[in-house]
Amino acid sequence: MLKWAQKLGMIALLFALWEVLSRSGIWNKHLFPGPLEVVQALIAMARDGQLGGATLRSLGRLMRAYLISVAIGVPLGLLIARLAFFRNAVKPVVMGLQALPSICWLPLALLWFGLNDSAILFVVVMGSVLGISIATEDAVNGLDPQLARVARTLGVRGLRFYFGVLLPGALPGIVTGLKLGWSFAWRALLAGELLFVSGGLGQLLTMGRELMDVSQVMAVMLAIILIGITVDRVLFQTVETRLRRRWGLTA
Amino acid sequence: MLRRLIERMRGLRQAAPHLLRPANVNADRAKISIAQLDHHYANKVVALKDVNLNVRSGEFVCLLGPSGCGKSTLLYALAGHVAPTGGSVAIDGKPIHGPGPDRLLMFQEAALFPWLTVRGNITFALAARGVPRAERRERADTFIQRVRLEGFADTLPHELSGGMKMRASLARALAVDPTVLLMDEPFGALDAQTRVHMQEMLQAIWLRSGKTVVFVTHDVQEALMLGTRVVLMAPRPGRVVEDLEIHLPMPRSLEDPSLDAMARDIRHRLRASEGAALEAPPAEPLSRRTRTPSSMPRTSIVTGR
Repeated sequence: MLKWAQKLGMIALLFALWEVLSRSGIWNKHLFPGPLEVVQALIAMARDGQLGGATLRSLGRLMRAYLISVAIGVPLGLLIARLAFFRNAVKPVVMGLQALPSICWLPLALLWFGLNDSAILFVVVMGSVLGISIATEDAVNGLDPQLARVARTLGVRGLRFYFGVLLPGALPGIVTGLKLGWSFAWRALLAGELLFVSGGLGQLLTMGRELMDVSQVMAVMLAIILIGITVDRVLFQTVETRLRRRWGLTA
Repeated sequence: MLRRLIERMRGLRQAAPHLLRPANVNADRAKISIAQLDHHYANKVVALKDVNLNVRSGEFVCLLGPSGCGKSTLLYALAGHVAPTGGSVAIDGKPIHGPGPDRLLMFQEAALFPWLTVRGNITFALAARGVPRAERRERADTFIQRVRLEGFADTLPHELSGGMKMRASLARALAVDPTVLLMDEPFGALDAQTRVHMQEMLQAIWLRSGKTVVFVTHDVQEALMLGTRVVLMAPRPGRVVEDLEIHLPMPRSLEDPSLDAMARDIRHRLRASEGAALEAPPAEPLSRRTRTPSSMPRTSIVTGR
């Protein structure tokens, strides 16, 4: 209860400070609108369907790219953890590519795929797949050795071992990796959308800049924050907490 | 003073000689036969040296000794988790290469799969052993009952107490029905009260099932309470020093006074073997040891208490 009061109090304080600064006239009002105007702009955009359409578009893209990332990243992490070849040969490549900020793939993606969704998907996948696979590898390597031993003495082998012991054992770590991968993907997506005509939230930001509509820019930023928090807190946090509770990892 | 101590020891040894007799098991009739087993780890530490041991079917053999005597290594070699560097280990005349369905290893930790319920843990193990789906649930519930965990079948491991976890682990081990049960200090992490309960339960279950059990412990009382045989081991290098049969009817009670007499005898023998080990390698300086007279009881090394 107190935690929530503190949280909401802090947000209220920030908004109040923002409003005061905006009204103080230090900066030009149309360059630094207050929260009321920004929220009004947000509501207006939501009303005329601009925001909803852009959000759906962005999230649709994100989901597709993210699913691809998970489908590649988790098995890749598993292979790196379990097979010497992958550990010796593939892991250094993954670690090396991880050093490259995902948006750096955009020029290449544009040349390869052209100005379309595939280019953005590629950037988002490159942004999150490596993080997911590294986190998966970590989680699999961190499997309780006791469980590996008991699986051995019980004669749990092959697919039953992978799906019955290794994956469930590593699942809390994998979910943490998936959460991380999601935030990487979200960043990569918006960076990509900002840079060329895409019809998503990123383009809404660019449009606001071109129209000199600071309220719109801030409103979209607010929307991006809200979406990010919602997915992170509501979706991942819930899954993670439940999983950790069931696995007995929380006190 | 020393003489008095020795006399006392002698008196005690005579108190229970008829209860502890050297075991003599023919390799031909043995369920488990271990011959000239050597094992040294990569760091050149000799864990086992020339270990010979034959175990008959249905025996409850306790491997007893201080830490570092190789008792766990011996157990893991039996389980097939450790490939010994020399000698042979065979069950029913067949050499062991890796873990097999005829054996099951239990650990000091319950090692339950935390995401599965008690019943789920058992049915998962049964599935791995190829038990048809239709039979798994019933069999799981039978053994949940046998370890008196009724009402906890759908409980997750982290919601159980330490003793209950161990019971669930025991139920899982019994359900897969190995002919040989290998136990590595399974009750070592439990509190004293729970341990006694577990020992009594294990004894009752063993009497009923007739399984061959090899049980590693450093607790003398525990070994004498549970075993039909106790194999004393000594460290540096890990070896068998004595192999004794315990002629005391089952079920036994820890309160049995003859158990105490035997325990004193066993402690004496272990101390003697350790004393011999201390004199054997002259590589280390002796000054550290001479401060402790060899006649002083060093029960703590043996019992951990």
